[in-house]
Formats: sequence, structure tokens, C-alpha cells
Amino acid sequence: MISLNVNGKTHSLDVPPDMPLLWAIRDSVGLTGTKFGCGIAQCGACTVHVDGKAVRSCSMPVSAAAGKRVTTIEAIGNTAAGKKIQQAWIELDVPQCGYCQSGQIMSASALLASNPKPSDADIDAAMSGNICRCGTYPRIRAGIKKAAGALAARSSGAAKEA
Amino acid sequence: MNTRKIFATFALAGLFTFGNASAQDRQAESEKLFADIHRVLTHPRCLNCHPKGDSPKQGLDAHVHVPPVARGSKDKGVAGSQCTACHQTKNYPASGVPGAPNWHLAPLSMAWEDMSQGELCRALLDKSKNGNKDLKAIVEHMTRDELVAWGWAPGTDANGKVREPVPIPKPEFNRIVHAWAKLGAKCPD
Repeated sequence: MISLNVNGKTHSLDVPPDMPLLWAIRDSVGLTGTKFGCGIAQCGACTVHVDGKAVRSCSMPVSAAAGKRVTTIEAIGNTAAGKKIQQAWIELDVPQCGYCQSGQIMSASALLASNPKPSDADIDAAMSGNICRCGTYPRIRAGIKKAAGALAARSSGAAKEA
Repeated sequence: MNTRKIFATFALAGLFTFGNASAQDRQAESEKLFADIHRVLTHPRCLNCHPKGDSPKQGLDAHVHVPPVARGSKDKGVAGSQCTACHQTKNYPASGVPGAPNWHLAPLSMAWEDMSQGELCRALLDKSKNGNKDLKAIVEHMTRDELVAWGWAPGTDANGKVREPVPIPKPEFNRIVHAWAKLGAKCPD
């Protein structure tokens, strides 16, 4: 049995230790927001966070995530960066078909959590591995910048209050 | 007296010649050993992660890494796209993604692309370029580091095809490295 903490809840899973984390999340835990795109770490649709860092869940055996904090798209809005990213995504109408967007949001949230003021080059470097067949890249970039601005405003507001 | 002088001269000449031949032999042997080390270090399994630029390479044809990734300030990728986002501590057959502990790029000071044997050898030994390693640490790194060892067990790709390992078996490579070091780690010109 593998004990997996997903979005703050512990699940005891009777799965093979080498099962991809993606399958454990989708089929065993029942959270289907994280998508299968390629299964070979090429598209980014399966991106989740493990201990706060972006990971491609199709390429991580579930045993490697045991004892760690897994965060999926279903709960990323509970983080400061994730919440701002999701708000920006809504305000700018970023998704088209939406299939890649879970992964896009997870990667973007990881970027913003680590780099609150990413440049275009930073965004290119961090997001180039997340593929969007609909071509929403300009809106993704705009969404990240909008979220960064919102995060900065929030921090500035909090500093003033203090 | 003359005989003694002549004898002494010949004896000294003989000693000098012998000593010189020994130093020459050591240099030649050391260079021969390094040629084998160079074959391993410049094989794509090693060289792909010792690039000149900001992107690792992939495959025996050393194409630019797909998906696009960047080195980052600490050679471990950038936030949102770190090496360990995909590369775990072991090869993962389910996805074909290779893995080993502490997967990351060698720093730019250890970029070996397009280097001659001599250049690579000197760079390897240069403490200002090799992470301040002395010879003992260099030998330790090459013979016992887990990420280095991946080159001999590179796993299977996304199509299930076994990746070609580096050209010299690990025990033999380790023997060569130790022998090269014992001979003074001489570099070719």
C-alpha cells in the first residue's frame, strides 16, 4: 500500500509502486483535472506540484511521491500564486479547448511562486515545455504577467497595512 | 683516472637516459590512458550534459533537448521547469525518461564540447573550472558519482529502445582512471 498526500488529504492506495503518479491521481484518487497528453514528459499536461515544485506526473512513479505533498489543479487555487494565476486566466479568457491548461496553470504557478516578477525570457524558459495545440501562448504570457502584477499589488498592500 | 672518469660519465649518461626514458614512458602511457578517458567523456551519454550553451542535448545525435529547457542559474533548470520535474532518481521505463540522483547540467566551466584531448584533460584538472576538485576528488567523481555512472546504465527511451551506453565498460573505465591518476594524470598536448 502506498500512502499519498494529495491536496492535504492522505490516501492509502493499493497500486504498484512503479505506477505513474498521473494514473494514481486520476484513477485511484479520482482527481481527473490533471491530464494525460503524451506520457513521455514532452507536453506538460500532467504537471502537478510535489513539495511545491512542478513535476510531470507521467514520469514519476507513485512510490517516489510517497511521504510528499502532492498538489493538483484542483487545489492550486489555495496557494497565493495559484489563485492569482487562475483569476488572470479567467479575466483574460486564456483557455480555448482547455486540455493543456491544467498543466499550464501548474507550471505558471510554480514559476510565479519562485519568481514573482518574471521577464519574458523567464516566462519563455519556464513555460516552453507546456504545449498548447490551440496556440493560447500570447494569453498565457499575458496571464502570467497579470498575475504577477496582482501578486505584487497584494504584497504592496500587505506591506502598507503593516 | 681517465678510465674512472670515462666510466662515471657513461654511468651518469646511462642513468640520465634511463630516467628520461621512464618519464617519457610514463607520459606516453598516461596519454594512452587519457585517450580512453576522452572516448568516454565525449560520448553523447556524457557530453549531452556538458554543453557549451544553456540547453542540454539528447540522443546519440546530440540534438537540442526536447521539450525546450534552460540551464538556470544553478544548472538545475528554471522554476516551473527544473530538471527534476521530469528526471527522477532512477530511469523510468514507463515514460522513457532517464534518471539518476541529482540530475542536472554540468556548469559552463565544465563544458567539453569541441575540446581536444589536451584541452579537455587540462580543463578536467583545472581547479578553477572543475569545482575545486583535486586529483583524488576527480577520480572519486569519475569512478563513484551516481550521475556519472548513469552513462553506463542509461535505460530505455520512450520507444522502449535501450540507449547506447558509453563505450568502455565501467570496471575497465575505473581501472583506467586510477591508472592515469597513478601515472601523474598527464595530459596530451
